[in-house]
Amino acid sequence: MIEMLLRRLVLGFVTVWLVSVIIFAGVELLPGDACTAVLERDAQGKVLETCREELGLNRPAIQRYFSWAAGAIQGDFGVSVDGITSISSQVGLRVKNSMLLAAGALSVGVPLSIFLGVIAGLWRDRFVDIVVSTTAIFAMTIPEFVSATILVLIFSIGLGWLPAVVLTPADAPALEFFPEFVPASIVLTLVMVAHIMRMVRSSVIEVMAGDYVQMATLKGVPYWRIVFRHALPSALLPAINVVALTVAWLLGGVVVVEVVFNYPGLGRMAIDAISDRDLPVIQALVMLVAAVYVGVNLLADLMTMFLNPRLRTLHMRSK
Amino acid sequence: MSDTPIIDIQNLSVGFTGRAGTTLPVLRDVSLSLKRGECVGIVGESGSGKSTLALAAMGFLKGGLRKLEGRVCFDGEDMFARTRTELETIRGGKLGLIPQNSGQALTPTLRIGAQLIEALRLHCDLPDAEHEPRAIDLLGQVRLPDPEVIMRRFPHELSGGQQQRVAVAMALAGEPEALLLDEPTTGLDVTTQAHILELLRDLASERQVAMVFVSHDLGVIARTCSRVLVMYAGEVVLEGPSREVLRKPLHPYPHGLIASIPRLKDPCLPVALDGRPPSPGGGGPGCAFANRCALADDQCRTTAPSLVKTACGSLVRCFHHDQIGTLSNTISRREPAHHDSSGDDALLLHELAISYHRSGLFDRLFSGSESPPNTVDEITLSIAQGETLGLVGESGSGKSTILKAIAGLLKPATGQIKVAGGTPLPANVEGRRPEQLRRIQMIFQNPDESLNPRQTIAEILAQPLRLYYGLEGQALFDRSVELLDTVRLSAHYMDRLPSQLSGGEKQRVAVARAFAAEPEIVLCDEITSALDVSVQAAVLELLDDLKRNNDTTYIFVSHDLAVVRALSDRVAVLYQGRLCEFGPAENVYGSTSHPYTEVLLNAVLEPDPDEAPTLTAEDVVELSPPARGCPFQRRCPCKIGSQCDNDTPPWQEAEGGHMIRCHIPLSELDQK
Repeated sequence: MIEMLLRRLVLGFVTVWLVSVIIFAGVELLPGDACTAVLERDAQGKVLETCREELGLNRPAIQRYFSWAAGAIQGDFGVSVDGITSISSQVGLRVKNSMLLAAGALSVGVPLSIFLGVIAGLWRDRFVDIVVSTTAIFAMTIPEFVSATILVLIFSIGLGWLPAVVLTPADAPALEFFPEFVPASIVLTLVMVAHIMRMVRSSVIEVMAGDYVQMATLKGVPYWRIVFRHALPSALLPAINVVALTVAWLLGGVVVVEVVFNYPGLGRMAIDAISDRDLPVIQALVMLVAAVYVGVNLLADLMTMFLNPRLRTLHMRSK
Repeated sequence: MSDTPIIDIQNLSVGFTGRAGTTLPVLRDVSLSLKRGECVGIVGESGSGKSTLALAAMGFLKGGLRKLEGRVCFDGEDMFARTRTELETIRGGKLGLIPQNSGQALTPTLRIGAQLIEALRLHCDLPDAEHEPRAIDLLGQVRLPDPEVIMRRFPHELSGGQQQRVAVAMALAGEPEALLLDEPTTGLDVTTQAHILELLRDLASERQVAMVFVSHDLGVIARTCSRVLVMYAGEVVLEGPSREVLRKPLHPYPHGLIASIPRLKDPCLPVALDGRPPSPGGGGPGCAFANRCALADDQCRTTAPSLVKTACGSLVRCFHHDQIGTLSNTISRREPAHHDSSGDDALLLHELAISYHRSGLFDRLFSGSESPPNTVDEITLSIAQGETLGLVGESGSGKSTILKAIAGLLKPATGQIKVAGGTPLPANVEGRRPEQLRRIQMIFQNPDESLNPRQTIAEILAQPLRLYYGLEGQALFDRSVELLDTVRLSAHYMDRLPSQLSGGEKQRVAVARAFAAEPEIVLCDEITSALDVSVQAAVLELLDDLKRNNDTTYIFVSHDLAVVRALSDRVAVLYQGRLCEFGPAENVYGSTSHPYTEVLLNAVLEPDPDEAPTLTAEDVVELSPPARGCPFQRRCPCKIGSQCDNDTPPWQEAEGGHMIRCHIPLSELDQK
């Protein structure tokens, strides 16, 4: 078990490291650097050289990679191209905001989607299932900006219950985003519920048709006890990985929704950084997203392993 | 004890709605009545409706099925008229079920203890505090070692036999008056099967539990039941005392079925029952068996016979049951093509060892690895051209592993595999030349998995023909048709998909595909275990024909000793991946044999109520072979002492190249 954990941790670190090499190399290959970006038309001759000297850009790439990586490990991604703002503190604020958005979507979305998936799976092909499944397909296929617009039309313009856009600045405390982040969270919930619900539904159908559910029925176990004790523990296992991907997707920044609602999350920061050619910020964001994906998936695999007795005992025995 | 039957099924018909909206019957007018304490067997081929009948006794029908007519009573009350709560009380309580595959019927996420205690909570009056001791007690009653440890295990941590015992314990938790057993020992090793059946027999006699045994294995029925129902295409065709039914069946179907069972004491090929049963709703107006019956006449094809009582008290559904006697003379068992083993070697295995253990980078970094004993070790065998070598042993004995290594699917740890001419074969399929690949072909156990479901039969057969012979167009088609003909399938099968074929037909296609390469050696991995006995007999006949015509060498792997006996010239017995014994079939199955072979042979069930298996060794499952000494040391009933634990036993040669690896002298082995 511990060996398994170590193995996965090491592999996780290797993945993140590989991403760091790729992103650094990618930025190196692009024409121009931070100095050409800042100086724009003045970027020539003496001025450019001094700038590069000041920022240390004239050192060999490998040396710069190591000093960048060393900083990144300690959480210091250097300063933005403007030479003043610390990237870490900027990113920190955005992470907080993105987490707020994700938390909103997840806290409603995960229980709701599991509930709907179970209901649809148990009453397969009945009225409830048809309604839930069809709605899910609609929710999945409508692009976020369309559902966002419709939501704004109904709740902000029509009913006037919720603000249409977020005006709170990025560095405001979490509480001040309430209730402005609610519409954005609802749009995200719609998209993710559909995915998770469909996964849960098919898994429930498969397990309920299984031999051990039939056996439990013929052992005289009441229906709802079968569902909760015999079927769901197995049926929900595959949902963990889907939920993990959703979490990673939410934390990695949901560009479209953030842009539509003017929400100051990681997604918009990335968009802004790209249009400003703020290479250090792009690097930092990519690293962050990679780490989130690796971390969340690792966590999901460990949870699956812990909850599935087959996998758990397999690794215990091998150790 | 009252006279009312405990289970009483009267004129039950069950069916489902077909595509055109018509009702297709799965069970037709079936009656079954069971007194308290009585054991009744239901036999029939797959699809005959035997499991449906047993589950209907619980008031349960699988999805899509519905009751059309009739009554199902348990303890005097109609099961289909009861409320859900009433059913929940009876199911698992007074009426228990022991399922076919307990490995799949136990909930994988719950510990054995939790599942047993659940059954107790639902069905017995004991206070909660006494549930756990009672559960442990039940596990002890089904003779599981260390009940306390088993309680904390998950189902997948137990062996097949142990899982089946847990299922029995779970059924006993409800203090049942009747038990339904749906193929309770199918898929278990012979020794395990014999042990489980003894346990069930004891329970039946101790507790006066009525039992319904559903099985396709007449040996199981012979061992356990006093009365038998034979089902065919959803109908009862014969009902009577086991002895009558198994010795002198009055219906041509069980008559043919019994002839198709290979016998341990009879080295002849079983006789196949040609044709297949009609699909639900498919049969004509007459007798459902008419198209497979040697006695059928015009009356049989136009009028459906009804069940009639015979002179000796059996019920039979046949117009000509008085003529069955004439049928026996027409059946003669055929001797398989034998070949002596003195010819040139077709295949030579030299000191073959295979290990599944792979020490990865992390193992070496973290655990300073000490590798476990090889899964298969010290296999030295030669197989002569045209010979059939049978490989027998329990599950996990390494039979299939050896075949995979020969086929190049597994890389041996050490040792060599040589074909005729003495050149060692490269270990992996990738390293072998097409000519080397062509010479060795493999047929797998389950044709559902070995045939690509999206390819037609023509495409399946075309692959080896293109690869090895470069055939195209008309030549390819002609050769494919010819191949289908050799496996007795007509040309119109070419366009079909595997899913449109029956199990036996699929296995024939798999045989045809193997023979398309015109191989010298064919590896058969349990190729008949997934088939009904009558179909199995047909496949065995086919293999024998092909051997006569092509002088093919077979390595035939099976856990069924009687099947191996029917086909093999020589037999090798494996335990824990080590050879215990090999030699000519009649010698290995004869009086002098290795203690392990003896244990296996004694446990075989013959379809004869007067033959009882002898159980000499516990059916313990060993996960890995012992590091030293004889591999069979822990289970051996005639272990002689510490030399068995410490010294590798010597090979002793008996007559006719019969080799036994044991410390006990041959003369003493003979007396056992």
